[in-house]
Amino acid sequence: MRKDYGKKTSWEKNQFIWGWFFILPTLLGLIILNIIPIFQTIYQSFFKTGDFGKGNIFVGFSNYTRMFQDKAIWQALWNTVKYAIVEVPFSIVIALILAVFLNRKMAGRAIYRTIFFLPMVAAPAAIAMVWRWLYNSEFGLINHLIGRKINWISNPDIAIFAIAVIGIWSIVGYNMVLFLAGLQEVPRDYYEAASIDGASGIFQLLKITVPLISPTIFFVAVTRVIGAFQVFDLIFMVMDKTNPALIKTQSLVYLFYRYSFTEANKGYGSAIIVLLLVVILILTGFQLFAQKKWVHYN
Amino acid sequence: MQIKRNVTTLLIHLVLIVFSITMLIPFVWMFLTSFKSVTEATSINPFIILPKIWRKDSFINVSNNMNFILLYKNTLLMIAGRVIAAVLTATMAGYAFGRLNFKGKNLAFSVVLFQMMIPGQIFIIPQYLMVSKIGMLNTTFALVFPGFVTAFGTFLLRQFYMGLPKDLEEAARLDGCNIGQTFLFVMAPLTKSGMVALGIFTTVFAYKDLMWPMIVNPNNDKATLASALAKMQGQYASKFPELMAASLIACIPMILIYLLFQKQFIEGIATSGGKL
Repeated sequence: MRKDYGKKTSWEKNQFIWGWFFILPTLLGLIILNIIPIFQTIYQSFFKTGDFGKGNIFVGFSNYTRMFQDKAIWQALWNTVKYAIVEVPFSIVIALILAVFLNRKMAGRAIYRTIFFLPMVAAPAAIAMVWRWLYNSEFGLINHLIGRKINWISNPDIAIFAIAVIGIWSIVGYNMVLFLAGLQEVPRDYYEAASIDGASGIFQLLKITVPLISPTIFFVAVTRVIGAFQVFDLIFMVMDKTNPALIKTQSLVYLFYRYSFTEANKGYGSAIIVLLLVVILILTGFQLFAQKKWVHYN
Repeated sequence: MQIKRNVTTLLIHLVLIVFSITMLIPFVWMFLTSFKSVTEATSINPFIILPKIWRKDSFINVSNNMNFILLYKNTLLMIAGRVIAAVLTATMAGYAFGRLNFKGKNLAFSVVLFQMMIPGQIFIIPQYLMVSKIGMLNTTFALVFPGFVTAFGTFLLRQFYMGLPKDLEEAARLDGCNIGQTFLFVMAPLTKSGMVALGIFTTVFAYKDLMWPMIVNPNNDKATLASALAKMQGQYASKFPELMAASLIACIPMILIYLLFQKQFIEGIATSGGKL
């Protein structure tokens, strides 16, 4: 009895030593690479980088007051919102329909899945370049097919939506794979019961499938909103600096990159990214709150 | 009933085929354009779909201008560094978080969860300043740097460890294994599928990473495929065949790897993406 007890405490002591040994690299890395940088970025946002990138001058809230008066920032936030409003719902609804279609034994299932997922393994720069070429107003395939001459990416009114289409095309396969995994968990007999009752396909989709995989839908929605608000690659690659529609398409992260690394004003860049952090936290908080209304956990 | 079923299946195939074509057109157009001359690519009347002669000129031109071997090498080293570091650190930490009980565990784990909720760009300026301060810009070390540890991977592996049965550990303990041996010889081998999932996830997102390689490579000698493509776009303006040839060269290796291991890729992404 006594021996047993002694063993247990030494095992517990060992757990403490081994446990910290195992988590130490990760914990140290996270603190150095992520936790400290969060505070450094917030700290930096109260400074102005001196001329020639030298020396920091404390400027208090002036980066923030400048930001709140900067029309380009508000426009960028609005551009980001517009991008997200198109990209997130469409990429989710299309992916969900595709997943439902593919969630059955059928010929070619694997081939379809492979094709839909393909954009995920292509370099974003390559994706942007081929879409620029497809969108080209004079020689582009799209204008040729529809027989019009639309300036997809240089018309300020439509450019952000044209970019959102590329975003949907890029991400739909990824969402679909997550939905397919979620659908695996739905018991078959739910559908059989519904079929016997004569429920139509759309009724089954809305009344059975959607509620049953609502946790997956919620997860994808939260991560997609966060991802969409961080859009950068596509806008950076598709929009030239001289593009007249740039001001109506540049995102917050695009401005962050420009100020921090092209114009070497890391203080203002930091303030922009703090704004993005606040926006994302509010949106995620709102989604967590709203999930009670529609997400069903078993 | 049977007829209705067949009609439904047919309609579903129709939708899926139309959608497949939409998904494939950009890749097909990239491929076809890269073999055309500029005149062919920009001819409207007649509109040319297939190149008359399959020219290799664009591929030769871009290969002369861009050192693709070096770009492949840089990209591969970045991916390898990030995958090894992520799998190693996350496997260790995931085991401790998932299977061990010790003081301070919950506090440490809250750091992991906290990191996962923060948009990544907020780390970039300080990370850049760190790399620059220790004089490591333009190195492979700089490319790997943000990926030395992974909160997401730790979380993912922890989920895998939590799903393993308890008696395995106890049997190992009774056989006289200490915690380190239990981890190394009994538990870690059982999470192989988790490691593969994390490895694939890390590979895909390292390959697609654009902003970080652009920032830490002012001299461009450690450029990756993604960042080099971004740079070349400005130089080639509207030489579409060249742009498409370079894109194709940059994408082909990853696409081939994906086609070879598609089952692992899709399952890896499904488990890692869905495990959060």
